[in-house]
This record gives sequence, structure tokens and C-alpha cells, in this order.
Amino acid sequence: MSDTAPPPGAVVLEAEGLTKHFPVRARGRAALTRTPRVVHAVDDVTLALHRGRVTALVGESGSGKSTVARLLAQLYPRTDGDIRLAGQSTAVKGGRAFKAYAKRVQMIFQDPFASLNPVHTVRYHLTRALKIHGKKADEQGLRELLGRVQLTPAELYLDKYPHELSGGQRQRVSIARALAADPEALLADEPVSMLDVSIRLGVLNLLRDLKERLDLAILYITHDIASARYFADETLVMYAGRMVEGGDSETVTQNPAHPYTRLLVDSAPNPERLSAVGDEDEDDLGEPPSLIEPPSGCRFHPRCPHAMAICEAQVPVRIELTDAPGHWAACWLFAEKTDDEKTDVETADADAAQAETPDAETPDTETTDAEKEQEVVS
Amino acid sequence: MKYFARRLGFYIFTLWAAVTINFFIPRLIPGNPVDALIAQRKGQIDDKAVESLNVLFGLDKHQSLLSQYFHYLGQLAHGDLGISFNNFPEPVTTVLGSALPWTLGLIGVTTILSFLIGTALGVVAGWRRGTWLDGLLPATSFLSSIPYFWLGLISVAWFTGPDSFLPSSGGYDPGLIPGPQLGFIGNALRHSLLPAATIIVSSVGGWLLAMRNMMVTVTAEDYITVAHAKGLSGGRVMTRYAARNALLPSVSGFGMALGLVVGGTFLVEYVFSYPGVGLQLLNAISSHDYPLIQGVFLVVTVAVLVANLLADLAYMALDPRTRKEG
Amino acid sequence: MRFRLRMPSLKVTVGLALLAVFTFVAVFGSALAPYDPSKRGKDLLQGPSGKHWFGTTHLGQDIFSQILVGTRSVMFVGFAAGILATVIAVLVGVTAGYLTGFAGESLSTVSNVFIVIPALPLIVIVTNVVPNSGDVAIAAVIGCTGWAWGARLLRAQTLSLRQRDFVQAARANGESTWRIVAFEILPNLTAIIASSFIGTVMFAVLTEIALAFVGVSGISEWNWGEVLFWAQGQQALSLGAWWWFVPAGLCIALLGTALSLINFGIDEIVNPRLRSSGRAVVKAADGRKVRMQIGFTPVLSQNQNENQNSNDGGGR
Repeated sequence: MSDTAPPPGAVVLEAEGLTKHFPVRARGRAALTRTPRVVHAVDDVTLALHRGRVTALVGESGSGKSTVARLLAQLYPRTDGDIRLAGQSTAVKGGRAFKAYAKRVQMIFQDPFASLNPVHTVRYHLTRALKIHGKKADEQGLRELLGRVQLTPAELYLDKYPHELSGGQRQRVSIARALAADPEALLADEPVSMLDVSIRLGVLNLLRDLKERLDLAILYITHDIASARYFADETLVMYAGRMVEGGDSETVTQNPAHPYTRLLVDSAPNPERLSAVGDEDEDDLGEPPSLIEPPSGCRFHPRCPHAMAICEAQVPVRIELTDAPGHWAACWLFAEKTDDEKTDVETADADAAQAETPDAETPDTETTDAEKEQEVVS
Repeated sequence: MKYFARRLGFYIFTLWAAVTINFFIPRLIPGNPVDALIAQRKGQIDDKAVESLNVLFGLDKHQSLLSQYFHYLGQLAHGDLGISFNNFPEPVTTVLGSALPWTLGLIGVTTILSFLIGTALGVVAGWRRGTWLDGLLPATSFLSSIPYFWLGLISVAWFTGPDSFLPSSGGYDPGLIPGPQLGFIGNALRHSLLPAATIIVSSVGGWLLAMRNMMVTVTAEDYITVAHAKGLSGGRVMTRYAARNALLPSVSGFGMALGLVVGGTFLVEYVFSYPGVGLQLLNAISSHDYPLIQGVFLVVTVAVLVANLLADLAYMALDPRTRKEG
Repeated sequence: MRFRLRMPSLKVTVGLALLAVFTFVAVFGSALAPYDPSKRGKDLLQGPSGKHWFGTTHLGQDIFSQILVGTRSVMFVGFAAGILATVIAVLVGVTAGYLTGFAGESLSTVSNVFIVIPALPLIVIVTNVVPNSGDVAIAAVIGCTGWAWGARLLRAQTLSLRQRDFVQAARANGESTWRIVAFEILPNLTAIIASSFIGTVMFAVLTEIALAFVGVSGISEWNWGEVLFWAQGQQALSLGAWWWFVPAGLCIALLGTALSLINFGIDEIVNPRLRSSGRAVVKAADGRKVRMQIGFTPVLSQNQNENQNSNDGGGR
């Protein structure tokens, strides 16, 4: 699909240096002495959504991808960085300004059941969605809206409550609700993760169809890098709040550069790779780090089989790679060096076999506490 | 500890609120109660008493409201709650001082007992659902809808009489001198049986229901299933695992429920003429003994706040989540 | 909003029926009463008879009429105070739950203060001090002091609802704040509001009767508590005139029971686990009795004895 990808359209929504730190409540004496602690949920994220293109944001739980979506929807204020809608910098909190923003940027949520109010019918949800943005909410309009998400005949669905619909139908209603505003950008936060596997394809195809017909810019957030390859034109990878790799989907998934991306791709089930089990010495020792006190420098260095001294010292910058246009990785492996450090992907691979296993980082205090809690309660 | 400090701060704030309410209420009274008192006593009141009453009622019109307020706070800090009109010239503190132990004893014992009994029954009722214990629920709700004082009236009618074991009123036989002698204590206990039983029967239902509902919710949780699967005996799972967690809302609600218990106990004291603070308050109502009324309100509020604090300590001991730092 | 009608359980039906009876009496009480409750008669302190169903007072007044007429005051104050308190509770509780930061915290503190301060002494003092209180004033005082429990409950629920996705989705859609609170959050709170309303009515009824019993002036002519006040004052107990105070108390208890039965019904709609779930002890196929535990269904084997003899642990 991405071999014949259309040239990118105009930039609809972009973020530059987006940062979000959540304050942690300090207890006891710490409130007076220590500097306030924060959860570094998102740090220095830069991305751009183009018309008629799907941009995938891939990461595991806790990587900050959902926070990015909510920041772009401006559901809460950002700590730093800039968000630009059609070139204009924007920062809205509420009221009319927020409504105007919401008219152009809409969001779909992960849990189809939780994102619909259980006491309201489909008709109510869609009518409100239309009315808020000044559109006519008559039978005709509702029917047309449901038609867009392939829920026909409309009469069958309009007067139903969320619990009377299936997961896929609920998600389609959520999509319809988002489309009511006629947005330019659609932020889809893991839209298919909670659906049965057999239904996912249908919903993804619907999204792709809408993108083409309505020329939407879609941000597709997922933890499943395989679906990013299928569905998205561009793929960005996030880890522990930072972006680590980006490029067009085919390149990133077929030739992953960053060690974390490689880990993700390797862990996707692949029937062609039966021999991979137990063979290599590259066992991953870990879990994502604590975001309150993230590792210095590159946040992946405790888990990285190729970690070097510089990785702990400095945060890596985006380095353009040579294998495909627009493919970059934030990894010191690919930096230009004067001494005999290798620079390209293939030799880094060869190193992997000889690299010593990295130190096991002591699991962060958060998990130990959680374990302790479990013990006491049980 | 942060949890405790926060609760303490809240109670101090509440105390301040109660004191302020107390300050404002007499200013709603039409007329000048102090003048009426002086007239009643034919002018035989010394100036200091008049002064303290003036501060209490804010009748010193020369001062601004704010300085009246601080004057009032100062007076309170010295422990001066004014002079009781009814028991003139005894100060309110003396009157309350002799009445408070009775009320504290009555409320303290009955609340703890009904909490224990109600909670224990609630644990069993929630654990063994679908049995005859479920039929107990409408019965207990009937019992808890009966006003405390009416139950007291009924029990006086049924259980007492001229020669019965249970006396119909009073805290102790008239003629006995209060003191730590065995005879007096025995007598006092006998007099407290009916009032205490009345309160316990009425309030058990509430604890039972609350505990039952929590038990039902907790027993459906996964960690109970794990406990069963580990092979622990039913009784052990019921107490150590389910009850311990279901208890938490009851304990935290304990302090709050105390406000209602106090009201009911006062009425019981009235019915049985039990010489506690409640009787003083309700008697003071009809005779418009304002200083006494205000004094009772303050003292009772302080007592309830202290009880809440103790309940919070108990909660801290039970729930490890409040002790976690950071 | 469509209501799912389901056959109410026995408990709830009984409760509703009782409440209906009391409401009927409250409205038509004075018309139904055989005598004027204040009118003195010749039969002093008589027990229940054909002429006076509940007997007479020391002045020959008919107690049955007193109870009937008194129902109106009780029901009025109870429900008026209940409505007032519930309205305040919704306003304060939901706002405290939805607003973050200082505003929410301070509203929450205010309601906590009102919960902790003992209600009855406060009400007694205020009603005593405010001159010439009638039914309406009493209802106002009770309503203004008894809202705190409900507010706390509603705040907790609102806090948890606020995090739910559908509220975030409504925000992302561009819905305004007041519409979110009124149309997205409130409809999800109806069960709790109803339950809290009923609890407050119970509290108001009991408090009003207690006030009348204790002699706080100003409550309307006749009232169940007033009956008890006279009974207490005239030493009905020592005179053996049980009929004077028994009916009033029974009425209070019945009204309270009716309300709490209805409350059970609401609880069960909200938390289906609370329903009396049929039989807990069932007979297995081979005749043994098994107790069903909450949370998991035991798997019953038909051939218990055979398996005890065999040694294999795996397989099944």
C-alpha cells in the first residue's frame, strides 16, 4: 500500500517540541524540602498530520502516546512546545475558542463502551454532535451521518442504547459522532484495540475509506506495529515519552533502525520466524522505566543491547538515515563519529552478537510498592 | 502521617466553624436576654457575671462585630462558657461537668457495642447470602425506623414498674452519693441498662445493613476467590480477607455517624431522665437557658470531633494505603 | 430517557403501598377524621373502643383523629425538607465533584463540616432561637442542615464519573461545561439522588417528631410528635395509658420502614449483586447439598467416589 502512497497533502495539525509533565503530589516533609516531582509523560514530541494521510504513533503502555493525543485535542494544557492548526499557533482552554478548535480537530477513544454515555441513545449522541457545531440535526442529517460509517438502515440504530450495540457498532457510532463536526483532523486513540480481532479490519478499512473520501488527516495511535504497517502511511515510534524513530511505514517496519523499534517488530508474532525462539542471546530485560525519574540521556539505554557511554550522558538527537527518504532515528548508533565507532545499520547488527548483556536495571520503586500493596490487601 | 495531619487540620477548622455558629446564634434572639435575667433575679448579679454574659450574647453594642468576636474567643479560651440561667449562679462549665461523664459513658458503651454487634451480624449476613438471614433485613429496617425515644417509652412501659429490677428513670437511686463505691456503681449500671438497650436495639440495624452491603461487594472480588483457591477455610477467608476490607467504609463512616447517634441518645436521656448532657440541653430549651444551650452545643461538638479523630487513627491502623509515603 | 420496567420485588411493592396510604391520609386526613382532634370530650383517658379507635387523651380528645390530622404536618415537613436538602446536596455535591482545585476542595470541606457537627443539637438550637417557626420554617431549617450526607455521596460519584471516557468524549466534541454536568453526569446519578432523597426524608420526619416531642414550639397544631409530647407530659406511662403513645410510634416506624424498603429497591437496581439471589443451598445431582459461594460456581462432579480411588491428578 505504501509503495504507491499519494504525495503528502497540506499540513493540517502539527506539534513541535510538545511536552507534558504531570505534577506528583509530594507528601509530608518532601513537600517543603524537595523540588516538586513530575511525571515526564511526554517530552519533545514533534510530528505533523497531513491531509489525506494516516500517521501512526506506535508505543507500549506508558509510552505517552495517549497523552499526545489528548494534548493535540487540547483536553488539557501542555507544559511546553507548540501546536499549530493550519500554520496558526493555538492554545485553547475552553469556551468558544475551544469549540471552534473542536470543530476542526476531533478524537475517537479506545474503549467503545466507555466513550458513549450509557443513559443516552445513539440519536442523542449524534444530535448533540451535530447541534454543537451548528449543523441541522434532523432525520436526514442523522441518517446521512450513520450512512457514512456504514450503519444502515439508520432506523435500526438510532434509538438503541450503547449496551444494546456490539463493540464494532459502538466504535462506528463514536466515529460518526466525531465526523459530525466535519473535522480536518481525526485523532484515533487505539480505535481497534478493544475490539474483537475479526472486527478490527472492518473498522480500519472504514477509517481508510473516510480518509480518502473526506481528505482527513488521521493520527492512528496503537501498540500494534503490524497494523501500523497495514493502515498508516507514516509511522512514528515512541518510548517512555520520547520519539525514537520515524519514517514511512514500510521502511520503519521492514528496516527498523532504532533498537527499540527492532524489539517491537521482533515481538510481533510472525509465523515465518519460527527459529527465533530461544536462539539469540538478546533477551530483553525489562519494562518501561519510571517516568518520574527517567533514565538520563537516552531513556532506552538500560534495556539497550548496544548501549554506549554517550547514551547515558546525552539525549540523542534525530539523525537522518540513508536507506529511505524521511527515515530518521534518535540513536547515537547512527551518529557521525571520528573514531572507529561504526555508523550504519548493518554493522550495528554485527555488533549485537558480541555485545555484552546490559546491566539489569533495578526495577523502579513504583512496582515494588504496588507489589507490597497486593500482599497486604490479600 | 500526612493523612492524620490533614484530618486534624479539618477538625480544627470544624471546631472554629462550630464556635462561630455559636457566636452568631444568640444574635438572632429577639430582645435582650441578659436584661430579662437581671430583672428576674432582681438585680442580684455581680458585674463580672453580667460582663461575661454580655460578651457571650454580644450585647455590648459599643464594640464592632469583629472585636466582639475576638472577645468571645478569648473568653472561650479561658474556659468560660457563661452562667447558666436555670442553675444560677452556677457557671455552665460546672453544670456540664457533672453531666458529661454520664453521657460519655452511655454513648461510648452503646456505640461501641452496637457497632460490634451490627458489624459482626452484617459480616455473617453478607457472607451467607440467600439464607434466612436475608429475611432479617426488613425486620432490622423496621427496628431502625423506630425512633430511639419511642422505643424508650415502650420499654419503660413494659419492663418497669414500681417493684421491677429495672428502674424507670434517673441515673442512680436518689439518695445515693455519687462516687467510686461498688454499691453506687452497681446501682448506676442497673439504671443504665434500659437506656443502653434502647439505643443498641435501635442502632444495630444501620451497622448491619452497611456491613452487609460492603461484604456483598467485597466477596465478589477476585482476591477472595484466590483465597478460597489457596485452600483457606471459609471462616478464615470471611474474617481475615473479606471482613477486614469490608470494614473500612464502616470505620470511616463511624465518626460521621456519631453526629446522628448523639441526637438519638439525647432523646433517650430525656425519656429516662438520665442525668446526662442531653437532658440538660432539652430542659434548657423550654426555659430558654441560652448559655447552657450554647455550652452544650460546643462541648458536644468537641466530643464528636475527638471521637472522629480516634476513628481516623483506627482507620489508619487498618488501611495500609494511608500510611504509604510518596 | 427510557425506563426499563421490571417487576418490582415484594419488598419494594410493600414499601410503595405503605407510602401511598400515608400520602392519602396526609391529603384527606382532616376530612376522614371522625372528631376534631382538639375538641375535648367526655370520655377521659379511655382505651381503644368502637367509638374511639385509638382511645382518648386526658382531655377526652380522640387520639385516632389526632394521628390522622397530624399526618399532614409530618409528611409535609418530611418531604419539603427532603426536597430542599436534596437540591442543595445536588448543587454542592456535583459542583464539588466536577470542579477541581480550591473551589472543589472548599465545597467538600463545607459539607464535611456539616456532617460532623451533631445535627440534632444544632437544629434544636436554631429552631428554638428563631421566633415563631411554623411548618415551613422547620422544614427550611432541617433542609439547610441535613444536606451534607447526600452532598458527600454525590461528590464521590461525580469524581469518579468525571474520569470516564464519555465525559472526556463530550468535552472533545465541544460540549459546554454546564451541559456536560446537567445532561451527561446528572442522568447517571439519578439512582443515588433518589436514594439520598429518601434517606433525607426519613431523617427529616424523625427530627421533626423529635422536636415536637421535646416541646420546641411553633409546629402546626397536630403532629405525631405532639401526641407523644402530651403523652409524656401527662405521665401516660405511669397511668398505664399505652394507647396514647403506641399508635404514634408505630406510625413513625411504619413510615420509616416503607421508605427504607423503597430504598432497598433503588439499591438493588443500582447494584444488582445486592438482590436476594434466590436459594443459596442447592441439591447436586447425586443428592448432596452444596452451598453456593459468591464469586464462583463450584464444579460438581457426578462421580465423586470413583475419583477418590483413582490416582491420576491430571487429565480433567
